[in-house]
Amino acid sequence: MELNEFIKNFADAIDGVDLASLSPNTNYKNDIEEWDSLAVMTVLAMIDSEYKIVISGEDVENCNTISELFELVKNRQ
Amino acid sequence: MNANIKAISYYLPEKILSNDDLSEEFPEWSVEKITSKTGIKKRHIADKTETSLDLGIKSANKLLRENNIEPTSIDYIIFCTQSPDYYLPTSACIIQNELGLTTSCGAIDFNLGCSGYIYGLSLSKALIESGQAENVLLITAETYSKFLHREDKSNRSIFGDGATSTLLSKCETGSILDFVLGTDGSGKDNLIVKNGALRNKRENNDDINSGDYLYMSGSEIFVFTLKMVPMVVAGLLKKNKMQMEDIDLVIFHQANKYMLETLRKKINIPESKFYYFLEEVGNTVSSTIPIALSNAIKSKRVCKGNKIMLVGFGVGYSWGGTIIEI
Repeated sequence: MELNEFIKNFADAIDGVDLASLSPNTNYKNDIEEWDSLAVMTVLAMIDSEYKIVISGEDVENCNTISELFELVKNRQ
Repeated sequence: MNANIKAISYYLPEKILSNDDLSEEFPEWSVEKITSKTGIKKRHIADKTETSLDLGIKSANKLLRENNIEPTSIDYIIFCTQSPDYYLPTSACIIQNELGLTTSCGAIDFNLGCSGYIYGLSLSKALIESGQAENVLLITAETYSKFLHREDKSNRSIFGDGATSTLLSKCETGSILDFVLGTDGSGKDNLIVKNGALRNKRENNDDINSGDYLYMSGSEIFVFTLKMVPMVVAGLLKKNKMQMEDIDLVIFHQANKYMLETLRKKINIPESKFYYFLEEVGNTVSSTIPIALSNAIKSKRVCKGNKIMLVGFGVGYSWGGTIIEI
């Protein structure tokens, strides 16, 4: 499971977000303008469809950066 | 002869809340944004004096009138709501009187939301096939709008009010096949009106976060459906010894378009078999499935002999599914 691919999948999941604006240290809740309740759901759906695990809204809430979320998903696989 | 659905009618309150109306109240919430996020363009909202009982009775009168049903032929009333007029008496008892049904009717209320119609079908089938009833009037009626805070733009964009009435009897053709039902009360706090019944008193607090108003965690509900609904669909096919190829139409509880699309793709249900009906009415809770089913039948999307899979899921958590042959 690769971090760069995860970041690309993350960008694809959210409407209007440019891959170039994201990095492993992006704090998605604060730094992404388009971040809202639908963004949480689209990221959850992406993780389910690409990585075959269902994490919770709370998991997404408790992580801060994209790399932290990546580590959480990797550990759950 | 098996129990089957003979007729469905529905009633929606006159007042409409459109995306334009919402956008006017919440300027940062554009019409485009609302439509694309929810798949909903308008919802019907009960007015101050209109209750679930009123809506339910209107839908029942419509059913009787549109199908020339003799009121005295009904021998059981089942009323599904989570926004009842009274703690007591039972709303179904009041309905018996208002519709002029005989006093030899059975009448009960039950409290379920998104899974309500499936449970109603399950109970109706059991009553008919055990010989306890011949003509069951199943009514779903909901006024979630009365639980919402005026500043709760998310939930006000999603929920609509409405009621449906279904007549179930023994039929020569068609049947209601086997059910899959389930419950997980650990999800209780993710869709709840905390105050106002007997556990917690109303705070009479205007704060949007007050337990006086409906709270829903969209993401937790979404996670629950992603885990559960595929299993229900698989379980239904297995129990009824069918494959998805045998199913002519799939109608899920019409929660919101994004969730439904995600589920459809995850379960691999072809677009051509997956029915949507929420743009004009929103999420009417226990009424979404019968409203969609009624429209699928009226618009001839399905015809006699077709097999339709119905799946409801949500508040409780509670879920259920069945396959009907119309």
